[in-house]
Amino acid sequence: MPGGDALRETFFQECDELLEIMSDGLSRLEDEQPGGETVNALFRAVHSIKGGAGAFGFDRLVRLAHALETLLDDIRADRVNARPVLPVLLRAGDRLHDLVEAERDGHSADAVRDLEQLLRELAAASGSPEPSPAPAGGSEAEPDDFGFVPTSIPIDLMPVGDEVVPQPGHRLRFAPAQSLYRRGNDPIPLLRALRDLGELHVDCELAELPPLSDMQWDGSYLAWRLDCGANLSREDVLDVFEFVEEDATLELLDEAPTTEAPAPPASPEAPAPTGTGSADREPAAASTERGTSSGIAGPRRAIRVELDRVDRLINLVGELVIGEAMLSQSLAQSGAGHDPGVIAALGQLKQLSTELQERIMAIRAQSVKTLFQRMARIVREAAAATGRDVRLICEGENTEVDKTVIERLSDPLTHMLRNAVDHGIEPPDRRVAAGKPREGIVRLSAAHRSGQIVIEITDDGAGIDPEKVFARAVERGLVPPDAELTEQEVHNLLFEPGFSTTQEVSDLSGRGVGMDVVRTEIQALGGRVSLSSVKGHGTTLTISLPLTLAVAEGMLVEVAGETLIVPSTSLRETMRAGDAITQRLGAGPPVLSLRGALIPIVDLGEALAYRQRPDDLSSNSVLIVESLSGRRIGLAVDRILGQREVVIKGLSENYGRIPGIAAATILGDGRIALIIDIEQIACGDGTAADRKPHVVAGVS
Amino acid sequence: MEQAAPQEAAGDQREIVSFRVAGQDFCIDIRYVREIRGWSPTTVLPHAPDYVVGLMNLRGNVIPVIDLSLRLGLGRSEPSQRHVIVITNDGRGTVGLLVDSVSDIMSVPCDELKQPPDVATSHAPAFLEGVFTVDEKLIRVLDLAKAVPSNRAVEE
Amino acid sequence: MTLKVLAVDDSRTMRGMLAEVLADAGFEPYLAEDGEDGLRRLSEVDPDVVITDINMPNLDGFGFIDAVRADTRYRGLPILVLTTENAEPLKDRAREAGATGWIVKPFHDLKLVSAIRRVAARQV
Repeated sequence: MPGGDALRETFFQECDELLEIMSDGLSRLEDEQPGGETVNALFRAVHSIKGGAGAFGFDRLVRLAHALETLLDDIRADRVNARPVLPVLLRAGDRLHDLVEAERDGHSADAVRDLEQLLRELAAASGSPEPSPAPAGGSEAEPDDFGFVPTSIPIDLMPVGDEVVPQPGHRLRFAPAQSLYRRGNDPIPLLRALRDLGELHVDCELAELPPLSDMQWDGSYLAWRLDCGANLSREDVLDVFEFVEEDATLELLDEAPTTEAPAPPASPEAPAPTGTGSADREPAAASTERGTSSGIAGPRRAIRVELDRVDRLINLVGELVIGEAMLSQSLAQSGAGHDPGVIAALGQLKQLSTELQERIMAIRAQSVKTLFQRMARIVREAAAATGRDVRLICEGENTEVDKTVIERLSDPLTHMLRNAVDHGIEPPDRRVAAGKPREGIVRLSAAHRSGQIVIEITDDGAGIDPEKVFARAVERGLVPPDAELTEQEVHNLLFEPGFSTTQEVSDLSGRGVGMDVVRTEIQALGGRVSLSSVKGHGTTLTISLPLTLAVAEGMLVEVAGETLIVPSTSLRETMRAGDAITQRLGAGPPVLSLRGALIPIVDLGEALAYRQRPDDLSSNSVLIVESLSGRRIGLAVDRILGQREVVIKGLSENYGRIPGIAAATILGDGRIALIIDIEQIACGDGTAADRKPHVVAGVS
Repeated sequence: MEQAAPQEAAGDQREIVSFRVAGQDFCIDIRYVREIRGWSPTTVLPHAPDYVVGLMNLRGNVIPVIDLSLRLGLGRSEPSQRHVIVITNDGRGTVGLLVDSVSDIMSVPCDELKQPPDVATSHAPAFLEGVFTVDEKLIRVLDLAKAVPSNRAVEE
Repeated sequence: MTLKVLAVDDSRTMRGMLAEVLADAGFEPYLAEDGEDGLRRLSEVDPDVVITDINMPNLDGFGFIDAVRADTRYRGLPILVLTTENAEPLKDRAREAGATGWIVKPFHDLKLVSAIRRVAARQV
């Protein structure tokens, strides 16, 4: 067994790739008529996992991969129809995922829960039962996730308890040609390799040896009959003889019998006669093998780079962008800014640094494919646990998103999809009664839209009943009973902490962890989440995220002599305050009437404790910003300096959370500008400006 | 207080950077000093304690600058071109100390470290590790851990 | 006694990778920079298995294999060829020259190890 962490690491990395190929293939099996390249690719992926797992002695992984591979082989050979066995395939795929992860993390107890059961189901589905050491009892203990019963289960093939009848495996005859030795090959290591794969019985054909006097010194006279255990697939066997295909006669004398559909021209059980007719079969076998092996060692053309290195590059490029801005500013100040040569060179520098920045950001980008594949599984499990009939349709899987975003999207997406299945999609009977198809559809899509990543989760379930939500919110004391809310405002209540709409606590979505957590998580990524729903027709959740976490688009503003940045994602419009628009309602905060709505004004200088609110804001500029919950406020600033792309510098590490401040950036002149946290400024009831800011006090 | 000093045998030398704050001499161990920069305007950090002058850009890193005089209870500094920022890092993060000027880098025998005299005014003693006497001049050894509050301390 | 594997490749990166994988797998790796160097190292090392690249300066892989096979001492020495892609013509040429097996670059660690085990006469 090869040792070495590097090799292990390689194995697991490749497993990730192979598992992705596998999930891909499985989901394509769901959609299309199987056969051809899809099944081949699937088979190769599983086969490769098995090969590596075997080398490391991950036995459970080998067993499962093998059982899955056997079934796939049957599908490939049209002995088994893919569609009816799809649920088992999907589940086996999920479990394979688990096992790989368990081996990687070195804890494997949980992943094997229903392994024996699964192996039996796979064997049953493929119709070529394999001797399983596990007792057959309790096969009904674990209900099939899909309530699916394969139609042709040859249950009685499985001897219970008693001695297991050895299943015939592969018998083959291996007769090396002279050329095999000439090329430095040797039968002994080949037989050893075969033995290492499992049971092997070897017979040497001594009877056909010519008398010693007739032998050439470099002739090849020995041939062997090999009995391999049933645990080997044909591919396993052929893999071993990869190098000697053309330098030996390799006859497959028979194969493990299959119950369904006749196997290709297999000889009867009896030992086959030697020699005759073997030449026809060998090339066929060889070509199968070639087809199989070609995809195994074909990782994408890529190098592995530590994430740290990329991040350092990103930081450096950030510095470069700042440096370039500083240079351009000093050139302008020195009066050289009008020199055509300077202008041209500067323009080129700018273009290059922008492109460099984009390219480097792209290194961190990954497609959402693996994330979506994981979600497919979440939906399957959620559907099984709740007795729903659900189909997940994924769109835009190739959309690329920053790696960190992908990692941190996993939890909120999981939660939202479970919600969609658990609370969205109705039980099958109710759907039928409502005139809908039995099968509910959940759609998960990703797309780039105007500089943002938009992820949507749509279900065609029951939708949200605004009255129920409102009643619940009143009951929970979230809103007064006489509140008049728009539909959007009612939907927003779902994101309030502690809100839960189902009457009974479901083990799936649980209570307590609600959409408020989802919102917080998305917010932490600099994103927004919104919900729309039509009662009876379904719900759509929309997440929009910045393309990258490292760069943000913002509006540069000046307040009390300080330069600040308001993130563009929440900015709706800007305007001059003017006396006519600003008015006072008693002693409350100033408001601005905008197309009939009254919007509270917050003086940014006051909110950040830079100054007292000026009595007269009419000469100020106002930025209308919208919080994630849809709340609009007007931020009064002294001056709007312009739109800017800024490199985000985190603050919390050094300073803890600073109220009203999300992060910092460095401006063209080298000075630091703070980036405003709209959520905190806009929080509360619009009187934020009147409250004492949360002062960090009493330090010394 | 002696425990606070780095563990060195008697007779060992300690390298220190000395600077002036509000007319008094202070020093810190040279191990904590990253570099010394001239004053440049900082960005005001909202809701921060008064002795936090603001944020400065140190080659792309955002670091806080502390008015050491105010922190030591010696009155607010009016930063000018002549002021200096001592960039320190004692393992808890990089922080700039606004001081009047940097005086010297010198080696002092460790065993000459004395208890700080009680006569010093205001907060200063609480932030001192001890004092050295060099050429009849009293140099106060700043206890960085106390003079520069950690994050949590700031939030308290 | 561990298996001695001589790897002949003109790329330093490739040699490094091979050395790492071979050592990780418990083999004793020896390295040569081209065919000529390979022939020199051959008698010093007396390897159990040789792995060779094809495109190399001075003496390429085919020439190297020819030379090795021409020496009666090394008639049965297993030689694995590293080919850049699954190129059948290359493989065939290598076989003609007397290569024992082939490994497709970028090689797969486990495949490399299992290929070596499948051709090495000594069991380790």
